[in-house]
Amino acid sequence: MSWTWFHKLASPPYVYALAARLTPWFAWPAALLILGGLYAGLVLAPPDYQQGEGFRIIYVHAPTAWLSILVYVVMGVSAGIGLIWRMKVAHAVAASCAPIGASFTVAALVTGSLWGKPMWGTFWEWDPRLVSELILLFLYLGYLGLRAGFDDTQRADRASALLAVVGLVNVPIIHYSVVWWNSLHQAPSVMQLGKPKMPASMLTPLLMVLLGFTLFFVALLLVRLRAEVLQRERSASWLREALRA
Amino acid sequence: MRSAGLSAHSGPVAVAAVAVSPDTALRAPALTAARLAVSRDLTLAFRRRSQLVQPLAFFVLVTLLFPLAISPELARLRSIAAGVLWVAALLASLLALEFLFRDDAQDGTLEQYALAGQSLTWLLFAKTLAHWLLTGLPLSMMAPIAALSLGVGAAALPGILVSMVVGTVTLSLIGALASALTLGMKRSGALLALLTLPLSLPVLIYGARATELAIAGNAYLAPLELLAALAVLAVTLAPLAAAAAVRISLE
Repeated sequence: MSWTWFHKLASPPYVYALAARLTPWFAWPAALLILGGLYAGLVLAPPDYQQGEGFRIIYVHAPTAWLSILVYVVMGVSAGIGLIWRMKVAHAVAASCAPIGASFTVAALVTGSLWGKPMWGTFWEWDPRLVSELILLFLYLGYLGLRAGFDDTQRADRASALLAVVGLVNVPIIHYSVVWWNSLHQAPSVMQLGKPKMPASMLTPLLMVLLGFTLFFVALLLVRLRAEVLQRERSASWLREALRA
Repeated sequence: MRSAGLSAHSGPVAVAAVAVSPDTALRAPALTAARLAVSRDLTLAFRRRSQLVQPLAFFVLVTLLFPLAISPELARLRSIAAGVLWVAALLASLLALEFLFRDDAQDGTLEQYALAGQSLTWLLFAKTLAHWLLTGLPLSMMAPIAALSLGVGAAALPGILVSMVVGTVTLSLIGALASALTLGMKRSGALLALLTLPLSLPVLIYGARATELAIAGNAYLAPLELLAALAVLAVTLAPLAAAAAVRISLE
């Protein structure tokens, strides 16, 4: 197997052009899927027999919660690649992931507590998923804080990459310890998400928004990555030529 | 104090000079190097005792805050004692991190460690061990005394001591990693807390649970074993990551 494609990805000019070319291929399907999924979920799907109309927030909450974790994995893996192969572009990917992931985490927390109000009667329940999500937010904030603490981009890259990899190892440990903690202090969770079988009219829109949000993340990442490359390579000659052309 | 610093310096410098020559027979065995690193840190700490006393005083002060803020009623204090002890220990060990690498980073000792030809992982493990002996272990000894003042019965004290000893090992190692990551920064206090606390949550959960069970007079082996599992994981992985972090900050 040839590794040329991998080596090409290490070149900022190549990635800069590639990201620009790929962005619409992710952005348009994402827009169609999210709009279609939201219409099907918020308008067409029948109300839940237990939760009534309130369940519809799942069409925003589930994708943001899913992405908050996926983005952390993408960040940790690309940080690891950057650390091992000293690949500048991989560090740029990790650095672009963090603000996106933190935003999705905040969105998941907000929609989760909005959902909690009609279901649990309070905005905040010490539910293991909500607590894990909050801790995930602090992991993102720690990563961003560590990056902000360095003036030198290269050192910021390598130190924060190490933190991202450590975080990736720790996320399951933290999550399961929180689940364990929760199982001691209260009865099994009030709401069993995803456990009862969903009819196709509810499930299809959910899958549509899940895929749509994931594609939306990729499109966002590509745009941020270009901005990140622009900033890092601001004094490079290829950039001056690319911008003049 | 000055002479201690100087004599402590001559050791690693000499080893670094040796490392330049390819003759590895001249290099001290890893265990000796680790023992020297530990005894150096212990000597320095005992000549600067405030470093030993401050985290302990902080720990006692935090435990004192709770009766004053909540109520002096022993029954109520007993029910929150486990949480109070662990939160206080977590904060005190966070405070103590300041003493772990800062001075050695400033005077170049860490650079010499990195150049010494010995495994940096191993030397940092030794440093963290010394740090634990100076802060984690005294904190663990103080915890049963603080527990008595919170109305906990004497029967629970061994359980509290053991869970604190095992838990603080992990706390020291996580702290070593976090402070290695923030080495180059001027002001890292709040960031250090932001990096350390989320990673320390499993220790807090299992440690407080073991202590709680010990106070209630129940078997506390299950959470203690989970706590020990975390310690094993931290002992094996954290020094590697800390060494990588120190190398990054020295680049």
